[in-house]
Amino acid sequence: MAAVLESLLREEVSVAAVVRWIARSTRGSEDNPGEAAALSSLRPLRKEFVPFLLNFLREQSSRVLPQGPPTPAKAPGASAALPGRPGGPSRGSRGARSQLFPPTEAPSTAAEAPLARRGGRRRGPGPARERGGRGLEEGVSGENLPGAGGRRLRGSGSPSRPSLTLSDPPNLSNLEEFPPVGSVPPGPAGRTKPSRRINPTPVSEERSLSKPKTCFTSPPISCVPSSQPSALDTSPWGLGLPPGCRSLQEEREMLRKERSKQPQQSPTPTCPTPELGSPLPSRAGSLTDEPADPARVSSRQRLELVALVYSSCIAENLVPNLFLELFFVFQLLTARRMVTAKDSDPELSPGVLDSLESPLFQSIHDCVFFAVQVLECHFQVLSNLDKGTLKLLAENERLLCFSPALQGRLRAAYEGSVAKVSLAMPPSAQAVSFQPETDNRANFSSDRAFHTFKKQRDVFYEVLREWEDHHEEPGWDFEKGLGSRIRAMMGQLSAACSHSHFVRLFQKQLLQMCQSPGGAGGTVLGEAPDVLSMLGADKLGRLWRLQERLMAPQSSGGPCPPPTFPGCQGFFRDFILSASSFQFNQHLMDSLSLKIRELNGLALPQHEPNDEDGESDVDWQGERRQFAVVLLSLRLLAKFLGFVAFLPYRGPEPPPTGELQDSILALRSQVPPVLDVRTLLQRGLQARRAVLTVPWLVEFLSFADHVVPLLDYYRDIFILLLRLHRSLVLSQESEGKMCFLNKLLLLAVLGWLFQIPTVPEDLFFLEEGPSDAFEVDTIAPEHGLDAAPVVDQQLLYTCCPYIGELRKLLALWVSGSSGRSGGFMRKITPTTTTGLGAQPSRTSQGLQARLAHAFFHNQPPSLRRTVEFVAERIGSNCVKHIKATLVADLVRQAESLLQEQLVTQGEEGGDPAQLLEILCSQLCPHGAQALALGREFCHRKSPGAVRALLPEETPAAVLSSAENIAVGLATEKACAWLSANITALIRREVKAAVSRTLRAQGPEPAARGERRGCSRACEHHAPLPSHLISEIKDVLSLAVGPRDPDEGVSPEHLEQLLGQLGQTLRCRQFLCPPAEQHLAKCSVDLASLLVADQIPILGPPAQYRLERGQARRLLHMLLSLWKEDFQGPVPLQLLLSPRNVGLLADTRPREWDLLLFLLRELVEKGLMGRMEIEACLGSLHQAQWPGDFAEELATLSNLFLAEPHLPEPQLRACELVQPNRGTVLAQS
Amino acid sequence: MILTKAQYKEIAQCLVSVPPTRQSLRKLNQSRATLLSIFSQEYQKHIKRTHAKHHTSEAIESYYQRYLNGVVKNGAAPVLLDLANEVDYAPSLMARLILERFLQEHEETAPSKSVINSMLRDPSQIPDGVLANQVYQCIVNDCCYGPLVDCIKHAIGHEHEVLLRDLLLEKNLPFLGEDQLRAKGCDKTPDFILQVPVAVEGHIIHWIESKASFGDECSHHAYLHDQFWSYWNRTCFPTNIVTLCHSIA
Repeated sequence: MAAVLESLLREEVSVAAVVRWIARSTRGSEDNPGEAAALSSLRPLRKEFVPFLLNFLREQSSRVLPQGPPTPAKAPGASAALPGRPGGPSRGSRGARSQLFPPTEAPSTAAEAPLARRGGRRRGPGPARERGGRGLEEGVSGENLPGAGGRRLRGSGSPSRPSLTLSDPPNLSNLEEFPPVGSVPPGPAGRTKPSRRINPTPVSEERSLSKPKTCFTSPPISCVPSSQPSALDTSPWGLGLPPGCRSLQEEREMLRKERSKQPQQSPTPTCPTPELGSPLPSRAGSLTDEPADPARVSSRQRLELVALVYSSCIAENLVPNLFLELFFVFQLLTARRMVTAKDSDPELSPGVLDSLESPLFQSIHDCVFFAVQVLECHFQVLSNLDKGTLKLLAENERLLCFSPALQGRLRAAYEGSVAKVSLAMPPSAQAVSFQPETDNRANFSSDRAFHTFKKQRDVFYEVLREWEDHHEEPGWDFEKGLGSRIRAMMGQLSAACSHSHFVRLFQKQLLQMCQSPGGAGGTVLGEAPDVLSMLGADKLGRLWRLQERLMAPQSSGGPCPPPTFPGCQGFFRDFILSASSFQFNQHLMDSLSLKIRELNGLALPQHEPNDEDGESDVDWQGERRQFAVVLLSLRLLAKFLGFVAFLPYRGPEPPPTGELQDSILALRSQVPPVLDVRTLLQRGLQARRAVLTVPWLVEFLSFADHVVPLLDYYRDIFILLLRLHRSLVLSQESEGKMCFLNKLLLLAVLGWLFQIPTVPEDLFFLEEGPSDAFEVDTIAPEHGLDAAPVVDQQLLYTCCPYIGELRKLLALWVSGSSGRSGGFMRKITPTTTTGLGAQPSRTSQGLQARLAHAFFHNQPPSLRRTVEFVAERIGSNCVKHIKATLVADLVRQAESLLQEQLVTQGEEGGDPAQLLEILCSQLCPHGAQALALGREFCHRKSPGAVRALLPEETPAAVLSSAENIAVGLATEKACAWLSANITALIRREVKAAVSRTLRAQGPEPAARGERRGCSRACEHHAPLPSHLISEIKDVLSLAVGPRDPDEGVSPEHLEQLLGQLGQTLRCRQFLCPPAEQHLAKCSVDLASLLVADQIPILGPPAQYRLERGQARRLLHMLLSLWKEDFQGPVPLQLLLSPRNVGLLADTRPREWDLLLFLLRELVEKGLMGRMEIEACLGSLHQAQWPGDFAEELATLSNLFLAEPHLPEPQLRACELVQPNRGTVLAQS
Repeated sequence: MILTKAQYKEIAQCLVSVPPTRQSLRKLNQSRATLLSIFSQEYQKHIKRTHAKHHTSEAIESYYQRYLNGVVKNGAAPVLLDLANEVDYAPSLMARLILERFLQEHEETAPSKSVINSMLRDPSQIPDGVLANQVYQCIVNDCCYGPLVDCIKHAIGHEHEVLLRDLLLEKNLPFLGEDQLRAKGCDKTPDFILQVPVAVEGHIIHWIESKASFGDECSHHAYLHDQFWSYWNRTCFPTNIVTLCHSIA
């Protein structure tokens, strides 16, 4: 590897040739023969060059970057390996490869133990332990090596270090494993210095088979000396290598020399001591930033060359993760100081250029120079970052200093940029609204199931609200707080149908909550929450930004975060985990798969590149938005599908190896995938819809377990993705190919996927990448979705929040607080509030349809959307109109027919079902009119709407065509629905009307029939019924007692009360039937108390009782109320109930005259029939009474019965003035 | 009438020991409606807290025996009412308890809820005359529970709904009433949904529900739980106003 780099540095080969050599296995004809010869000899190593280069750079920079944010572990980030780093603890949770330094481990061992784990195998005893993936790889190759290699190894034991076992041939070219030994300065006190080996390993041709894991090996242990890659250029190229490569012997010599040189060069500890345990912020203060000066760059030419190679690799997508490399470069750019505090930087003579013997980065100046060189090559990517990042870049003084030209371009890009990325708040939970069409009773097997569903809905939202309230509280545990409730709820979901209902709700809620209102529209303010909306727009903006900063999480996941469930998603994950219901998971997977298929297949508007008039930009806003909605929904769904689907296979234990793995593979390969993602991917690529399909597929795969990438099925997918990745060369832009930002999105998500712990690290470099060959035969239209500018920065940053780490890095540089681990970038939860309207159905065949298609093809896409929109709305309105007119008419007819039927058949009317059948058979034929009416409606309404929505300047012919198409589509839509559903609709409505009518007919026909409102002149000033009931209740309670001696009512009050009752009954405004019933009952109770003379009267003690005349007057008022004003039934028979009559028994002397008077009046006014009263009196005799009372009662009833049937007015009049017979009777 | 939270607490404190009868409430003379409302709310909270202890079979049995002994001594005395006041339980609920127990004894099969309710509404149906009178006395003397009070509450709710409707009509705010909403298939509905939302003191109002009782925190919460969340869950009406006769500021 180093040979390549070296020959490059010696200018033996050109950069272009090298890159060609790496990227394409074939030798380009344009290469000059010398180059070709030099490179072809190294051919077997071709695949290892990029990992080598990346590791080399990380290694070189390790002195510079220990204090910056960690470079992710999977990538060859040197600084990431420092134990006790700020990122350490948080990274620990991220997955296998990221768990370099679990916080629990002591710093000394922490550096090594996980490394072995990473390699999957730990071999080599003692301190000379294998390191990481390299070890594995070497192990594999070592076993295959011919004896010579082994012998060499054995013989080449380091003089100063324990030698390795034969089976553990180390990789000499790996600087991490083999830092020049002598250069390691004594570590700080208390720190164990990791042991090092210097056993050189010959590199043989067989190595081409081995897995180039170097790239992913852990960065060197923190005490990296001013490492000199001298070992590299002296690498033994082993057997079969061309002459020119040095022998191992020579190399060892070099090393020895190197070692002897070292102590003089760097006598001071290189380890940043304060880093080890101390919290970081303090460190930031103790260090001063070193200014970078372009004049002090040590070896420009060399740096330029390496930068060029590096940039070319990035540009050719030979590196796994574009943004990770950018992150690294930004780290270099913002490096604060070299870690080694060398007393004197040895001034390098210009002559040392030709080798890698001297460190690549000798000073901050070198780093910055290199970074700027690389950034210059990637201006295009930079210019497509968000505005905030651009601003920080453009304002970076180092950049200005080293490359004013680049700074100028960045400034221009910044000024021209509209890519403001909103870091919108996740929205508050919005419940999925009750969906009458799916959530109604008809979709459930039984009332009980429906009821259960409703209850579950409530429980679900209760749980959700509780989570919202508590999940941020420390110590609150989802499982503890809600687990049992969730499981109880799941337990109720017995029927399969209930599961599907619940899953639908779950999924809808998921989509609704986990999408934020910002969408992809690029709005900065988004939809503000209520509190903020009170303020003016200006203040609102500031507040919003402030809130954004305040709400930022303390630490974000770095440039390669593991898959997580931020915000609300956490709820759904925890819900699934807590529910731990097999049925639920299965239904959820079914539902998610279905929805993913549906959304993935959604026909999104496609870009017509010819359409370049002014409106196109405006139009694209909407289309981007729609795309963003679909994409984000898909990603969310796929994430959860992946989560649930791979849930049973994931666990904390390390991936199995050996036979166990084989048996698992054999087993798993039998299991059909939950969703046929391979086919979907292939189709997506063919249809040029990768920009839609790949991002969600990545989300899905990010949850795969360790075994998945080994399965043939998924391996195919990964290979496809790798090829796609390689083919997405950003600099190649051509008509009909993928847009820049689309590519950037795909590169970002794929790069992220390749860093996921479960994706095998060798996958990326193992795959032979004949990128030229990646040409899927597209069956799609010329311009698929990939060619449309559907992605904007908002969407990019929403999908890949880790890109924001770049900005954070720059901001840290500005703020000067590099030690702080937090930043103000936060993850964006993507969202949108718009629904995913179904595309209008298209007439597929027929000339007319083709004509319409052709017509739209020539017009701006907005025209098509307008027409389709109009058609959709008018079609829908048409159905509503028909419902409100034709169907409503039919229902009225049905009602009148029913009335007739009831009249002719009498009260009973017959069986309702039969009635309904008769009515429907009469009315449903009229439904046929609906189609004609619908057609007419669409014809009438569509043209106007199209005209109103299209620009005034639309040519007449285009307009009329558009109108016609709209009419056609609307009619088609409306008629399709009507012809399918009109009969059922009529039937349903008539059925409802019939049951309504029958119900109305039912219980109290008379009362319903003649219910009157209040008179026209009524001003509704009558006392309120509630007040009256309450007043009467008070009187009743007074009468019934217990009461204080001074309590009572005045006769005037009673009279007033009855007067008010009359008013209230006459003004029906506030009266509801139950209130009237109670008033009626209370008035009867009152009458009984009057009759029994039980109402305590206020006043002088003599007047304790109501005067007879007053009592009669009050009874008269009551009688008149009953007769005239009550519209509901009055329970008058209660007057003769044993209880009320019994009241008389308590009075002494008993007075029967009022009762007799009342009975007579009742009969006279026709309120009760004589027979009815007689019956009541008769039943009274059956009760048990005191002897004398029973006698008196019998007399009363005889008296009443003996009276003439026709009352005489005169008699009644005189009764009022003279004591009547009842009194006599009572007194007798 | 709007009270501060502190005022409310003070009043509630004072009302804690008052039984829910007409005589005791006579003492709460000023601003009677409000006080009554507060009292009613506090009393209901109290009853909810103590409900269970009155419903143990031992408690029921002892109440019943005390009732029987009482009426044997003097059937005309307010035995049941005094018993309720003594054990600090709502008279109507005590009446129900005793009635249930009585029917159990006399009819062998456990009486259905609807039978009990109907007897409480119309004590004339109670087979035992003395018990009928006792029950009736409890009901008319109870200011917080019982069919009459329920009816009053219902009537107040209805009245306020009508008032609200008139106000909406007067202000020319188009709305959908409960009936229309039911017809549309919503299973739980607020009183009114505004077809065009309005802003009231900076809050967007989508729907209005009238509750003619004192809006203390607890009942707000209870309503939220029983009713409003259901609207929120099951309907399409995000924000709301709840009108209350009296409320804490």
